[in-house]
Amino acid sequence: MSTISFRSLLSKNDIFGFVALVILIMILLPLMLDIFRLNLIGKYLTYAFVALGLVMCWGMGGILSLGQGVFFGMGGYCMAMFLKLEASSPEQTAIQSTPGIPDFMDWNQLTELPWFWLPYNSFGLTLISIILAPTAFAFIIGLAMFKRRVGGVYFAIITQAVAAILTILIIGQQGYTGGVNGITDLRTLHGWDIRTDAAKYILYYLNALLLFVCLFGAQIVRKSKLGRLLVAMREREDRVRFSGYDVANFKIFVFCLAAMFSAIGGAMFTLQVGFMSPSFVGIVPSIEMVIYCAVGGRLSIFGAVYGTLLVNWAKTSFSESFPELWLFAMGALFIGVVMAFPNGLAGVYSSYFHTYVERFFQMLKQQFYLKFLSHKTV
Amino acid sequence: MTSLHKASTQDFVLSIEGLTVSFDGFKAVNDLSLYVEEQEIRVIIGPNGAGKTTVLDLICGRTKATEGSIKFRGQELTRLREHEIVHVGVGRKFQNPSIYEDLTVFENLEISFPRGRNVWGALTFRRDEEVINKVTEIAEMIFLGDKLDSQAELLSHGQKQWLEIGMLLIQDPELLMLDEPVAGMSVSERQKTASLLQRITQDRSVLVIEHDMQFVEDIADRVTVLHQGKVLSEGSMERVKADPKVVEVYLGH
Repeated sequence: MSTISFRSLLSKNDIFGFVALVILIMILLPLMLDIFRLNLIGKYLTYAFVALGLVMCWGMGGILSLGQGVFFGMGGYCMAMFLKLEASSPEQTAIQSTPGIPDFMDWNQLTELPWFWLPYNSFGLTLISIILAPTAFAFIIGLAMFKRRVGGVYFAIITQAVAAILTILIIGQQGYTGGVNGITDLRTLHGWDIRTDAAKYILYYLNALLLFVCLFGAQIVRKSKLGRLLVAMREREDRVRFSGYDVANFKIFVFCLAAMFSAIGGAMFTLQVGFMSPSFVGIVPSIEMVIYCAVGGRLSIFGAVYGTLLVNWAKTSFSESFPELWLFAMGALFIGVVMAFPNGLAGVYSSYFHTYVERFFQMLKQQFYLKFLSHKTV
Repeated sequence: MTSLHKASTQDFVLSIEGLTVSFDGFKAVNDLSLYVEEQEIRVIIGPNGAGKTTVLDLICGRTKATEGSIKFRGQELTRLREHEIVHVGVGRKFQNPSIYEDLTVFENLEISFPRGRNVWGALTFRRDEEVINKVTEIAEMIFLGDKLDSQAELLSHGQKQWLEIGMLLIQDPELLMLDEPVAGMSVSERQKTASLLQRITQDRSVLVIEHDMQFVEDIADRVTVLHQGKVLSEGSMERVKADPKVVEVYLGH
């Protein structure tokens, strides 16, 4: 029985997908790249959490959110608030007019830590809020929208508005949030310096591990009846409703799941990059994340990771030489992918390369058997 | 028709009374009353725009009634939400085959299997013996026994219609509503569908909208003719056909 459920959870292709990605992320990239570049890859991989959430929410469930940066940002800010408080001990901030509060608060004439910063003195509460706060926010948005049957383009526009509102709020409330600069100058986690090379390696691997946990979680959902229901809802929402399902609840669930993934990515972003700012919350980053997902293939959980890596690698190398052209290239990429390869990299792989890979493995298997048998006869 | 009014509503599977729905003042269904008995196949006919599909929409909760009541085994349906109406035992097939084309025939039927209908239930749903047996049984019944693993997209039009009927059967509803089940079917498919309907109606009531008069004659216990949102005539096919009002509506203009 257990083998049957294992098979139904992971097909041969899924196992291949997981193994290939583990080899790439855990072995090849760390061996090939210096720590500066690897840290950059680690940063890209935090966006892959968001792209993975979009595969579930948009690719499978047909719910396009153009505001996933909100949840990425919330996760990131929760982590940043904890690290900032740790970096703002009275000894370290002795020159401020109010020592013991973050520097930007002091500059904005705050004399006391605001109440909503208090939980972030505790690492446990911080971890809980990284997961819970964005998920709860997604739940409220989902409840308000999906129960009223707001969907499609209207939902996309509303999520975009939420992203815009949150950005404006963060920038406007400088004394509480660090404003447009964000929360910067983060140094230690429980006294452990996160800026050293060793710490960067550890954080890279922690990030990769969490990504695989999320990928596995997504795989469980994808292979459950809930996954098939999401596909069914995307196609025929009314048919699902008249088969006795409360469609809104399933949409809320997958939207919350996507938010949770994004928040984990955001928190890991803060740890690896060392700051968090509103430029990762707003409309532009949210749409970029949709592009990662589209380029990777919005139906493939692995595609999301490859798409994120590829687009960001292109962005980095392209914008180093032509910074002002990058946004146009990105727009062209999105249009091109949607028109020519609606299933992205994953679609290209399965229609052109899948058979070669399959054949290659067949060949390997035969070689292996031949050798094994010849050994035996000798 | 008047004699039906006097009977207690408890004797009927479905009793619709004084049902009215108005869209910006236009009454698509106007003070309609209709009663369906146990194990009856009732066919609703009528010219285009008579309000036939709207009546089904009202029963299954897709459209909210402006006035009137719809009682299913004594329970008021107008206050329930769509999925709750399904849970009390009303199933509905849409006019165009409404199936999940990206999923296989098996998965289409499995989704309609009445278990694990909330989020947690769907996550932990297991494809056990009971599900497999039931899906296979229904697939045999709807002539798709050898198509379980094909993608629904690849089925012919008639097979898609059957699949949607099968998706309803697996819910085991006490009232089955079919909107033009044989539209676009070949003659032989039509005959198979008629025999399928005869068989599945043995333990449930069926409400059918249909234009194909030959098919209506084959299956109907009783026929209701709708015209401009009202019941024009009701009774056996013979009686309805002979009704001068019906002849007037169908041939008069």
